[in-house]
Amino acid sequence: MTKFLAVCSSGLGSSFMVHMNIDKVLKELGVTGITVDHADLGSVSRGDADAIFVGRDIAEAAAGLGDDVVVLDSIIDLNELRTKVDAAVQRHA
Amino acid sequence: MDAVLDVLLDIFTQPAVIVALIALIGLGVQGKSFSDVLKGTIRTLVGFLVLAAGAGVVVGSLDPFGAMFQQAFNVQGVVPNNEAIVAQVLLDYGSAAALIFFFGMIVNIVLAATTRFKYIYLSGHVAFYIAAMFAVILGVAGFEPWAVVLWGSLAQGIYMVVSPALVQPFMRKVTGSDDVALGHTGAAGIALSGLVSKLTRGKGSSKSTEEISFPSGLGFLRDTTVIVALSMAVIYIIVGLFAGAPYIETELSGGQNFIVFLALQAATFSAGVFIILAGVRVVLAEIVPAFKGISEKLVKNAKPALDVPIVFTFAPNAVLIGFLASFAGGIVGMLGMAAMGTAIIIPGVVAHFMTGAASGVIGNAVGGRRGAVLGAFANGVAITFLPLFLLPVLGDIGFSNSTFSDSDYGVFGLILGGVSGAGGQIAVIVTLVAAIVALYVATFALRGRDKRIAAAAARENDAPVATS
Repeated sequence: MTKFLAVCSSGLGSSFMVHMNIDKVLKELGVTGITVDHADLGSVSRGDADAIFVGRDIAEAAAGLGDDVVVLDSIIDLNELRTKVDAAVQRHA
Repeated sequence: MDAVLDVLLDIFTQPAVIVALIALIGLGVQGKSFSDVLKGTIRTLVGFLVLAAGAGVVVGSLDPFGAMFQQAFNVQGVVPNNEAIVAQVLLDYGSAAALIFFFGMIVNIVLAATTRFKYIYLSGHVAFYIAAMFAVILGVAGFEPWAVVLWGSLAQGIYMVVSPALVQPFMRKVTGSDDVALGHTGAAGIALSGLVSKLTRGKGSSKSTEEISFPSGLGFLRDTTVIVALSMAVIYIIVGLFAGAPYIETELSGGQNFIVFLALQAATFSAGVFIILAGVRVVLAEIVPAFKGISEKLVKNAKPALDVPIVFTFAPNAVLIGFLASFAGGIVGMLGMAAMGTAIIIPGVVAHFMTGAASGVIGNAVGGRRGAVLGAFANGVAITFLPLFLLPVLGDIGFSNSTFSDSDYGVFGLILGGVSGAGGQIAVIVTLVAAIVALYVATFALRGRDKRIAAAAARENDAPVATS
């Protein structure tokens, strides 16, 4: 099962929002079979997810969290997210 | 019959059960399958109990801190940390807080749908925290449990549209659009930063923070667990040095070396916050998506009010400058309190980071680097003194060693608590009703202006759509 994870510093607010938006984008793209979740920086370890989505403000801190860390220039830009989620789906399908 | 009633009462006054029922409703309206509903409901029940367990851990590590602070300085030392105080509050006011949180979302949707305040407050964690504070203040004011929930939910709903509105004039400068709002309990301090930045801007424009080349490498600041443990260790050990090793080793640590003891207590505090955050995350997991989905259906042109990190990517340098300036404000405030002999609010690193950074970004957008520094400093001073003034309003909760850390708790808590202290329950009710009337009056009064803005927006409607 492919897993996407949105991560922010406390794992409460912005990562949850990105998580919900990834869900929305996947639905739009008609992709199923991908679990999406959100977490805080401190509790993620390598291999927890196939792709990890973070805002560019924590890109540095999140660099070691996995092999595929997707950095979002703006976490409120749905178009950017759509493009990057689509690309991540292609990589992990 | 009475026995059955008693059992039912036992079940439905349990905050964990109430939260689970709210999740059940949330899952139901999302049309989830039976297994998802069952899973989500039970997870939420367990999540709340996890949160409550975290309260014990946090309190256990704060008790020696309080004793040591008293011994060293002879005044109350208070650590402002939302998670720490909320978990304690929920032990006594959990049911009321959960119900205020739930009905507050409904009031939010109604207000957003029928007034010009189109904000949908999606930062569930801080909404839950401020619901807990409203429950305490109304409980201390002596309202009956049902009245706490009724008036608390109104206060909560009003809060959820007013708080983002305070920052929105400045948010537009940051994001360049009116589609997204800021939803965080630091809003008042962040708006203050925008205001200070505007007033101190002067004629010549101060350069943007983003034109400075700034050292990176402070990424570890973003890991809450690490930063809470580190900062608390520094604070515990400094206070410990003032209290003296003999006192700690005889009275608190049972003979363990005091530095080792204090470092471990600080790490334990961070562990407690970690547990509470995990609980909060589970509790919100089923509720917030339902809230988001329903609000999207019912509120036209809703502006989602989102957590502070949404502004961080707009000005990464301002994030760091804002944190440092805000923290400096916190230190200055703390020294001021020491001079005045009041209880002492220790600067909370997480609060200064989250709200200070956002203040820096907003201050920078309004008035460049000078605005970022002065605005965030003002926020830092505000979030040091506001918690101090809030303590008496919170009743017994005010005597614990922790308190709410962001500006909105202070501002909105003091309004509600101050009104209650001056005029009792009637004054609270009058204030809340007046606030709702004011929202509608503003809506009708500004309708003409809204139409002109809408017409202007329609002309340039090809701006990129953000989160919807």
